[in-house]
Amino acid sequence: MKMPSLAVIARFWFPVLALVVPLALIVVVTGQFGGLSLQRTVIEMLISIVIVVGLYVFVGNSGIISFGHATFMAIAAYASAWQTCCEMLKPITMSGLPHFLRDQSIPLLPSAIVSVLLAGAAAFLTGLVIMRLTGLAASISTLAVLFILNVVYSNWDSVTMGSASIVGLPTYVTAWLALICAVLAIVVAYLYQISAFGLAIRATREDEVAAAASGISLYWSRLIAFTLSGFLVGLGGVLQAHYLGTVSINNFFLSFTFLALAMLIVGGMGSLAGAVVGVVVITAMVDIFRRLEGGISIGGQQWSLPAGTQELIIAGFMLLILVFRKDGIMAGREIGLPQRPQRDKGLING
Amino acid sequence: MANIVQVLVDAIALGSLYALVALAIGLVFGVMRLVNFAQADYITIGAYALVVPTASVTPPLLLGALPAALMIGGVLSVVVVLALLTERVAFRPLRNSNPSTLLISSFAVSYFLQNLVMLIHTGRPKSVGIGQSLANAVEIGGVRVPGVQLLTMGVTAGLLVALVLFLKKTPLGIQMRAAAENFQMARLLGMPANRVIALAFAISGLLSGVVSLLLTIQTGTLDLRMGLMPVVYGFFATVIGGMGSLPGAALGGFLVGVASVLLQTYLPTDLRPFRDAGVFALVILILLVRPQGLIVTSAAKERV
Repeated sequence: MKMPSLAVIARFWFPVLALVVPLALIVVVTGQFGGLSLQRTVIEMLISIVIVVGLYVFVGNSGIISFGHATFMAIAAYASAWQTCCEMLKPITMSGLPHFLRDQSIPLLPSAIVSVLLAGAAAFLTGLVIMRLTGLAASISTLAVLFILNVVYSNWDSVTMGSASIVGLPTYVTAWLALICAVLAIVVAYLYQISAFGLAIRATREDEVAAAASGISLYWSRLIAFTLSGFLVGLGGVLQAHYLGTVSINNFFLSFTFLALAMLIVGGMGSLAGAVVGVVVITAMVDIFRRLEGGISIGGQQWSLPAGTQELIIAGFMLLILVFRKDGIMAGREIGLPQRPQRDKGLING
Repeated sequence: MANIVQVLVDAIALGSLYALVALAIGLVFGVMRLVNFAQADYITIGAYALVVPTASVTPPLLLGALPAALMIGGVLSVVVVLALLTERVAFRPLRNSNPSTLLISSFAVSYFLQNLVMLIHTGRPKSVGIGQSLANAVEIGGVRVPGVQLLTMGVTAGLLVALVLFLKKTPLGIQMRAAAENFQMARLLGMPANRVIALAFAISGLLSGVVSLLLTIQTGTLDLRMGLMPVVYGFFATVIGGMGSLPGAALGGFLVGVASVLLQTYLPTDLRPFRDAGVFALVILILLVRPQGLIVTSAAKERV
């Protein structure tokens, strides 16, 4: 077999590079010149990319909206908290933990890996049940999953501290670590969507009946995507927990789900580029309006937007996108090199 | 014995409430394949219309200060107008989109409305006293039943009968059923699409208004998320009842309401806080056995 030429490799990886390089630039530039609050916003954006790309792996490829992915984030975040948080307080505040967790801390890397695996396993088990359903019923059932987890974790006081926050997780997430994880998520999502599994599930998105008639199993293709996306949002959950240093079940509920979905929809849920662009756009909007709500001075006069404006504007913006550009900013396209002239096509295939 | 009767009354009263919500959701789903999250905010806004927007925890009454008939009429018309407005502004431009897009857009509308209420009324829960006389228990054959539960059951029964008569006997009702059966075909045969869809929204607004009044009388509090749990229960009711089937929606509503009360009563005390999780797990279990829901309609599966 001939080694593919550099041009072919470049063409293959271009959609990924077109996303990753600007993100790296943002990290470098804000790291050098940005203020502290801007740097924090960038880290939050990168974590959101991990989460929304994870969400995209299922929602974008299958076309089925999921309201349940915050569940897997929460599972991973809490798992990581149980393993690494506050060794002195754990026996008192979380007395219901099994004693290998209660009486010791587990090193960071293994604990992160275990947490992500747990999220993936939870997604797999949930998917085993829910992927049997057709589109809308599946969407509503993911909502049921979200509520089940929320009810259980907010009342399981001896293990999760109920709806109180677990405080004091080690905060080791830096901009570079967040960037590495975002790149990892993007690469995984890209390789998945161009793999045979990815093509199969995208076919089911376009036409369930034709795909099924071509021998694609709706159930298995969706289950694979759901599980993979569970791993990725789990990674996002671990990152968020160790960036904020606190875990609270209320952060993994409807408001969060709305924001993640808004990011995906605004960018365009049909492509990986859409997921990433959506995160960047919505993060920027949220940041700008938060600052305006906090108050700015123009010409010596202090004025601010009333609290809650930011949420109204994000929701309104999302509706406008849905009405006037329903496939989102990227409209389902990846960022690719322009097509080669016709005569080269034979060479690529050969 | 009286105890069991009491539990049954509770169960049926809660089931009636959820059945009303499920019908409101089911009607709109029937004509435009929209699972409407904003239904939760119809209920919330209907209730908030009772009071003057202030930051106070015990706000002065607005619509709630009117005589009963005017108050009921006022709240119902606020919610109906709101439902029609969301239909016109947000959902009509999206009418030809796929159900997933509609679902997401209703999620956005709901988030918008919820934050709008927060902006106007602030986020703190408020207390409001309307219809307090209804909270008194009535004694029937040795069982004490709160008046509001009797009211809920009576109103639900009345509305169910009215709805059935409307759908079966009036031209618009028949058109609505035709639209739910096959929208394209009904349209070709002269069904006025805009009017029928608007009517579905109006009726669902009406039902939501009734629910917000009943809820407020029952709890005496206003909360930003007061509409959320009934509507989530309503969603699950329509899904287990069979999407697109109105009898299924009502049946599903009764089922989840009854299941909720039974779990609340018979679960060990330690496990009671997990009641909702139990009901939702039950929903998923029912779906495992009958993925299409209890009553399967032709609308449940896309035509090829």
